[in-house]
Amino acid sequence: MLLNQFLLLSAVLFCLGVYGVLARKNGMLVLMSVELILNAVNINLVAFGAFRTDVGGSVFALFTIAVAAAEVGIGLAIVLLMYRNRRSIDLTQADLLKG
Amino acid sequence: MLAQLAQEVDFVRPAIDWHAVAPELTLLAFGALVTVMDIVWLERGRRLTSSVASIALLVTMIPIITLALDGEDRVMFGGAFVVDNYALVMKAMFLLAGYVVVLLSTNYVAEGDYWENEYYGLLLSSILGMVLMASARDLITVFVALELLSIPAYMLATWRKRDLKSNEAGLKYYLMGVFASAIMLYGMSLLYGGAGSTLLTDINDAVSVDDSPSAIVVMGVIFVIIGFAFKVSAFPFHTWAPDTYEGAPTPVTAFLSVASKAAGFVALLNLLFVGFFGRDDVYEPLIWILAAASMTVGNLIALRQTNLVRMLAYSGVAQAGYMLAPLAVASDVGDAALTATVTYLLVYAAMNLGAFAIVLAVARKTRSAEIDSFKGLFGYAPGLTIAMTVFLFSLAGIPPLGGWWAKFRVMEAVIEAESASGVVLGVFVAVNSVIALYYYARIGLGMWAEDAPDGDTTPIRVPASLASALAITVALTIAFGVYPPLVSEFDVTLLAGGLGG
Repeated sequence: MLLNQFLLLSAVLFCLGVYGVLARKNGMLVLMSVELILNAVNINLVAFGAFRTDVGGSVFALFTIAVAAAEVGIGLAIVLLMYRNRRSIDLTQADLLKG
Repeated sequence: MLAQLAQEVDFVRPAIDWHAVAPELTLLAFGALVTVMDIVWLERGRRLTSSVASIALLVTMIPIITLALDGEDRVMFGGAFVVDNYALVMKAMFLLAGYVVVLLSTNYVAEGDYWENEYYGLLLSSILGMVLMASARDLITVFVALELLSIPAYMLATWRKRDLKSNEAGLKYYLMGVFASAIMLYGMSLLYGGAGSTLLTDINDAVSVDDSPSAIVVMGVIFVIIGFAFKVSAFPFHTWAPDTYEGAPTPVTAFLSVASKAAGFVALLNLLFVGFFGRDDVYEPLIWILAAASMTVGNLIALRQTNLVRMLAYSGVAQAGYMLAPLAVASDVGDAALTATVTYLLVYAAMNLGAFAIVLAVARKTRSAEIDSFKGLFGYAPGLTIAMTVFLFSLAGIPPLGGWWAKFRVMEAVIEAESASGVVLGVFVAVNSVIALYYYARIGLGMWAEDAPDGDTTPIRVPASLASALAITVALTIAFGVYPPLVSEFDVTLLAGGLGG
């Protein structure tokens, strides 16, 4: 089975996601980058599960999808809250707390 | 079609031990009740919520006590959910810490015009996640428990909706939190790939066989530990902690700094001692660096803080370093490392919650958490000053208070390893205890010896719930130190394949 190709794809997605989280200044784009990492995880889980003919990987992937949806729901609410109070979702402007 | 599927799949219903899951189910039922009360009884229900929440936490203690008296280790779902002594001790700690947080929140939330039912409902569901985490011995269970405790905490940190600082606190906590859990998940997917199972015991069997680990296992272990390093706010993954602690409502800060950090440690202990204990060549150097860096950097930055909450945040980073230290020699000392970390967690919970209770009490009058506003406290609030001195000296590790005993156990564990790395780590702990004493003592000196900054010496009225929270934490902080068997006599050996087999 083609395991390496899937792992390579997920590694590339993971790196793109980490880069996005670290480099993006826009709240929405950071959330999307986190989603990229989570999708890399799902590809890994399903590929490993199929490779080992074990159903556990697919079950784990389903859990990840469901929980990630809840997590992103909260994330959108928090970013929306920031937009309402500041009229901007630029993360560099969130600098009231430092030291 | 469903009937057809059901015929084809050979499904066996797993046996459920209702006694073992009773604490989780009780907490779930009360959490649902608190949420529904607001809808059914409206205003009348709102006044009762904090009482119902505290009753919920006390009632949940009952099944934990009966399970402890029963003394039998219970394993469910093929080993994914385990109730052993270690799990029961940690569950009791989460419930007690949660109870104290409810006591801290009662007046704060009622007077602040916040959303009471939602607040307590989310608090209970976060505690449910922690209680579940103590029993989790499977990657999926650990992941679900972690998200169940984190997601409500993101909302609680953002609780003051119109306050820009609270928004920012929640935003930073959320972004760092989901980033960390995504990295941890990537590590988990690699561990699953390396072992072919999500059960921690199976993973340990699979990853410990070779002399040198495969690349996939190394990456998996490192990513998982880094993910939890965010949760326990270890350097260099601590950057969210000071900002979130300062901006979040103070009772939530107390909850995050104690319960949430302890939950991160519980997950780390489960994974380390059950999941990949045999791979000490991978995790020990990493944890060594995290521990040494956390205590040193945390203490040095804490020295120059002017805000007490931020100072406690950085001191929390340093304390996380002390708690990680025994884990860096886990393969040499085994159970002693587990006991040292668990002891430190229990003592830390009591003294840190107490310190935040004082911050809350004093802020009722001064409306500030600046260190300068604590000057001259002895003049108008001698009781609070004495309690705060107990907490600060305990955090610094001065005998005969609880923090001293906890630090002693950590030192004992790292020295017992009889390795160069253990001794060097012991030196780190000793030097850092001296640095930390300086900033803790500076606050004590200001409270006892200096005058109030604005000359305002009207006494502080401490509400009953806050006073009882203080009584509980002071009593525990002193009791842990004066009578150490209280925390050290627990048999906290992890069941089912813990310690490499």
